[in-house]
Amino acid sequence: MSNALSAAPSLVSTPRAMSLETIGMTKTFGSFTALDNVSLKVDAGSFHALLGENGAGKSTLVKSIMGYYHADKGSLLLDGHEAQVRNPRDARDLGLGMVYQHFTLVPCLTGAENLVISRADAPAVIDWKKEKKALDAFLDRMPFRAPLDKPVSSLAAGEKQKLEILKLLYLDQRLLILDEPTSVLTPQEADEILGLLKGMTDRGDISVVIITHKFREVTAFADALSVLRRGKRVGGGLVKDMTTDEMARLMIGDTPIRQRALRQENTTGPVTLELAGLMADGDEGASVLNAVNLKIHSGEIVGIAGVSGNGQSQLVEVLSGQRPLRDGRIFVRDKPFEPTRDAYFRLKIFGLPEEPLKNATVARMTVAENLAFRNFDRPPNAKFGWWLSPGPMRTKARELIARYRVKTQSPESAIGDLSGGNVQRAVLARELSGEVDVLIVANPCFGLDFASVAEIRSQIMEQRNKGAAVLLVSEDLDEILELADRVAVMSEGTIAFVSPIGETDRATIGKHMAGHE
Amino acid sequence: MNDSTPLIVLIAILGGALRVSTPFMFVALGECLTEKSGRVNLGLEGTLVLGAMTAYAVSYHSGSPWLGVLAAGLAGAALGGIHGFICKLPKVNDVAVGIAMMLFGTGIAFFFGKAYIQPTAPRLGSISLGDWTGNAQLATALQINPLMIVGILVAILMWWAFANTRWGLIVRMSGDSAPSAMAMGVSVDLVRFLATTAGGFLAGVGGAFLSLYYPGSWNQGLSSGQGLMAVALVIFARWDPIRCVAAAFLFGATGAIGPALQSVGVTQGYYFFNAAPYILTLFIMIASAGSKKAGRDVPGELSIIK
Ligand SMILES: Nc1ncnc2c1ncn2[C@@H]1O[C@H](COP(=O)(O)OP(=O)(O)OP(=O)(O)O)[C@@H](O)[C@H]1O
Ligand SMILES: [Mg+2]
Repeated sequence: MSNALSAAPSLVSTPRAMSLETIGMTKTFGSFTALDNVSLKVDAGSFHALLGENGAGKSTLVKSIMGYYHADKGSLLLDGHEAQVRNPRDARDLGLGMVYQHFTLVPCLTGAENLVISRADAPAVIDWKKEKKALDAFLDRMPFRAPLDKPVSSLAAGEKQKLEILKLLYLDQRLLILDEPTSVLTPQEADEILGLLKGMTDRGDISVVIITHKFREVTAFADALSVLRRGKRVGGGLVKDMTTDEMARLMIGDTPIRQRALRQENTTGPVTLELAGLMADGDEGASVLNAVNLKIHSGEIVGIAGVSGNGQSQLVEVLSGQRPLRDGRIFVRDKPFEPTRDAYFRLKIFGLPEEPLKNATVARMTVAENLAFRNFDRPPNAKFGWWLSPGPMRTKARELIARYRVKTQSPESAIGDLSGGNVQRAVLARELSGEVDVLIVANPCFGLDFASVAEIRSQIMEQRNKGAAVLLVSEDLDEILELADRVAVMSEGTIAFVSPIGETDRATIGKHMAGHE
Repeated sequence: MNDSTPLIVLIAILGGALRVSTPFMFVALGECLTEKSGRVNLGLEGTLVLGAMTAYAVSYHSGSPWLGVLAAGLAGAALGGIHGFICKLPKVNDVAVGIAMMLFGTGIAFFFGKAYIQPTAPRLGSISLGDWTGNAQLATALQINPLMIVGILVAILMWWAFANTRWGLIVRMSGDSAPSAMAMGVSVDLVRFLATTAGGFLAGVGGAFLSLYYPGSWNQGLSSGQGLMAVALVIFARWDPIRCVAAAFLFGATGAIGPALQSVGVTQGYYFFNAAPYILTLFIMIASAGSKKAGRDVPGELSIIK
């Protein structure tokens, strides 16, 4: 395994980075044109950002390049030569590597198994002693690590993402395509990883195409960019020649951006949600929640900050009834709360968990059905609680799709076919469209374009202003600082620090996140 | 009753376990391999019966029981291959196909097997592991069939291969996350087709044991649902080949409780003890279904859990 980072002299003399060009790429899904004649050029050794709002076709474009989809029209040039990529394996053999928007590590395999099996020359019989040694040597050269001995299913999102990127570097690919690689990373982790990749592009070791919604990352790391809108390439150029306003305008055209909702003062009411000594076990059986105590008043947003993997996801799972409590109680308006469907309905508890495609939808059911999950068995969607009437369901779905601007071909499309950001919107539409007393949200803006971020944050704020008690778990500290009334830091499965947002600052929060007093 | 009665019962149970567990073992291993690749084959009961018939017929005509075993495996592989091929077609449900294949397998076995109910075919020999003990009962109990050893070796091989070979990892990958496997350029359909075929081979060999060793003749009532129980055993063994073997032995041992007690004169509850393996399976399934561990070991692509 020769790696780009190893100091083999031959690598230094011949730049290995690959250039890529698409000519007139077109891809349709049924009658819907997801990509319309897209031509785009990525120079060898450049760090190219691909921008566009949710559903613009960014993922479709890179998947077509990788041979995951077959473009209807158009060709692909690698290093100036036309290349035939029929499937992802061809792409890998040509030196193209991609981190997909949804994780592609195999959950039941360990990190090490995932890395080794992804290699084209994976040996028929794997000598684990030798491979482990090689992997350790490889990891020593990397600026970040990921656990290799645990099954991927037990890793936190950030760890998985690092492992995905490590995999490409391990495979020694010459052009990396990253589809929103930083959504699940903390800003520090993101800077670290992108900085490393940037260094490699500067040295001419690799070229990078990155899809991102974060302008900060574009201006800090990318050299060039392209913007897609509704499947067409509408502009691009060198990053240093453009302002973020210009980029934003290219992305959304003339659509107005929703104004940020203002925080109304003195809305705070009585305690609505109380978590008393919550204890729960993780998948491995070890305790992951160690007495979480927290009170949330109505009309208040409590933001939970913390380094990923400190129990935040499990806390959300407990609150959404996906994980049993070992001990402790949840009270809603001073009454003990059991996570039943009926209780959620009665007490008006809603939520948006992380990885909504997995945790809040059924990918193969239609958008309309998914939108009706909360109320499909209640009038007007159902008579007597069991006779469903699709008519009202569809009408309601149409209305929600329009109101929340979910981009879907029709209410009858499978929700798994929507773009990442639109799945998120569909779930929010379902959860926020009614009256809300308690709202539990985890990383609500993960993967959304800036217009949607503004919109969703303002919706959360609006619910707070209307008197909902909001628990906001977020790995994005800026989001917490913007939205929360109080911040709580979670560390090692317990709340390590709570403070009104006005009485603390980034540094203090950061210190508690790192586990220092 | 005297002091040695418990011992006799234990020896009888051991003997029973060693005698009847092999077909369970083979079918469970076949199903384990198939399910690891992300597909369910409920047709293995049919494969087992067809394997038994084929083995008997080939052994009868060729005079070589081992040729019969091979033929049983090939017949099983053919059935598995058909199942694998049909399931590749779009919108086909593997559970439904499996049930159809079960009926198909038993059907053709009975059809072609009519001629072989009467004649006697050469049977597989056995290995005596217990002669040194000087105890006649123990020696009989420890008479084992070479196929059992083959089964244990296959299980160890599978267990090792799932962790240490490219093929093993690819099978697990296809079974756990088809999109990931496809993203790596693996043809998931092909992997499943091959796994189903190989799984059918193993189940066919399990059938050969029935007709060529114990009970050791061919008739239509030969299999009493072993093929179906084996599917349950796989779940209970949490998709681990080694645990499949253990489960098969446990199942065999509980099945031997009734006859063992009868042999020392305890006849009360005979039918109850005959049902013991099924009751045991039921309880173990209930216990293990609730555990988080079981949930984690399930291959993510199985249509029954999707
Ligand atoms: N397999 C599919 N079948 C049908 N339609 C699809 C499929 N994949 C994508 N689409 C549609 O194509 C459009 C573009 O989707 P794509 O995933 O490329 O968007 P994106 O730019 O990556 O958005 P996001 O930022 O939200 O990830 C969307 O409207 C989506 O609904
Ligand atoms: Mg996308």
